[in-house]
Amino acid sequence: MKTIKEINERIKEGKAVVVTADEVVELAKTTSIKKIAKEVDVVTTGTFGPMCSSGVFLNFGHSKPRIKFGGGRVYINGVPAYAGLAAVDTYLGATALPDNDPRNAEYPGAFKYGGAHIIEELVAGKEIHLEVFAYGTDCYPKKVVSTRLKLKDINEAVLFNPRNCYQNYNVAVNLSKKTIYTYLGILKPELGNANYCSAGQLSPLLKDPYLKTIGFGTRIFLGGGVGYVAWWGTQYNPSVKRKENGVPAGGGATLALIGDLKQMSPEYLKGASLTGYGTSLIVGIGIPIPVLDEDIARWVSIPDSEIYAPIVDYSNDYPNFTGKTLGEVDYGRLKSGEIELMGKKVPTGSLSSYKKAREIAETLKKWIEKGDFLLTESIFSFPGPESGYTFKPMKEGR
Amino acid sequence: MEKRFVMHFPKTLVDKPIMSTLIRKYDLDFNILKAYVTPEEEGTLVLALSGAEEKLNSAIRELKDMGVGVQPIASDIRMVKELCTDCTACIPLCPVDALYRDENFVVQFDAEKCIACGLCIKGCPTKALVFAI
Repeated sequence: MKTIKEINERIKEGKAVVVTADEVVELAKTTSIKKIAKEVDVVTTGTFGPMCSSGVFLNFGHSKPRIKFGGGRVYINGVPAYAGLAAVDTYLGATALPDNDPRNAEYPGAFKYGGAHIIEELVAGKEIHLEVFAYGTDCYPKKVVSTRLKLKDINEAVLFNPRNCYQNYNVAVNLSKKTIYTYLGILKPELGNANYCSAGQLSPLLKDPYLKTIGFGTRIFLGGGVGYVAWWGTQYNPSVKRKENGVPAGGGATLALIGDLKQMSPEYLKGASLTGYGTSLIVGIGIPIPVLDEDIARWVSIPDSEIYAPIVDYSNDYPNFTGKTLGEVDYGRLKSGEIELMGKKVPTGSLSSYKKAREIAETLKKWIEKGDFLLTESIFSFPGPESGYTFKPMKEGR
Repeated sequence: MEKRFVMHFPKTLVDKPIMSTLIRKYDLDFNILKAYVTPEEEGTLVLALSGAEEKLNSAIRELKDMGVGVQPIASDIRMVKELCTDCTACIPLCPVDALYRDENFVVQFDAEKCIACGLCIKGCPTKALVFAI
């Protein structure tokens, strides 16, 4: 048994033993869990995939005379931002599109530019065009603003993502006779390919399946800077079906994340255009897991071959929310580039970059080894399976 | 000389042995890079034709006269490595294995194998694959 306090002391002394989740999986092949629990202090994880529920809160400072965004219309580079907050605050979401984007009227839509791309441009230090149309009040008389500015000109720029870091995710296939365009990429007809989106054994919440060490206030790597876990994520489901090793066999937990955009880097925040679907933000996340006891040592050591994802038909079962799956497959097979399904060899593709996930886990490891990044005790833990907390479908009709 | 073409066969011509007749008539060699024919629908054929320039052009003219859509593959696809995140979404889309992942999980592009079908361009979330002009 170790405490986070003890681990932090070792980090400060430069004596902490830090390994990536890939490295601990290798280590576990020749070392006992008992020994790993004793000798390893921290395991770093990483993930780099499109996460649609992402965006930034921005405060632009006051104009002369003053203008009130709330109740008006706000555009950044022609993309609408939220106009339901105070005077010069707004929220720009990753999936927001310019009003004149043809969307899927020209099927499949290209979705070349949206909120996510603006977030990447802001982080890269590029100039953006802000346009605001307000109704004018006695205290905020100005009705129109059109100005060009950069991230450094803005007061606060806070990345706040209500749902990131999905614990596990579907493998998408297409059983129909025509190509379909999804958030898991282009799916060729009749099992032409199988697409997934997880770093598997390197992915944060797969290595701490019951979120024993991750909770409100946990310090993390976010978009190249330091961020924090702000709440449990939307669609959080600790009651998900689990394998014997405790790892969810689908969806599961999610996290809401927050961090200062000004610290981040375009290397780890990238706008994505998903043909026929829309725009999304690719977010780089790394979470350190303190190896406090043997349970945690066992979980962090679970390899790709023991983590399973459900296979879902995105031509029918996913859009119609039937709940049906076609089976399951482990991440070892998915990463091999080919799986076998319904008697057919199906090539796989990932929307999440394993290469970048590794880079993130390595970077976080270096930060901790150098003593630049200390671990946090979470302020409170999120609901677990015993809470009965679950993920409900929409209530429709009267 | 060798040229690569994308050919679209209308419904009425799909089940006729057009290509084999022409290849014999004009003494051409061919290599089918990709074929896609659905019954009662259009057919698409990506192929490399080689032979004497004059004969090759005559064969193309005859195909066009019959109503076959013939488009030479003039442009090539290029990978802009700085934009690539190595996610692998493009890999299963490639019909000729020109895109693959190496042992370090880096996505590689073999331009020699590419038939410029363009599917990877649509499938790349970060626009790292482009038509080179």
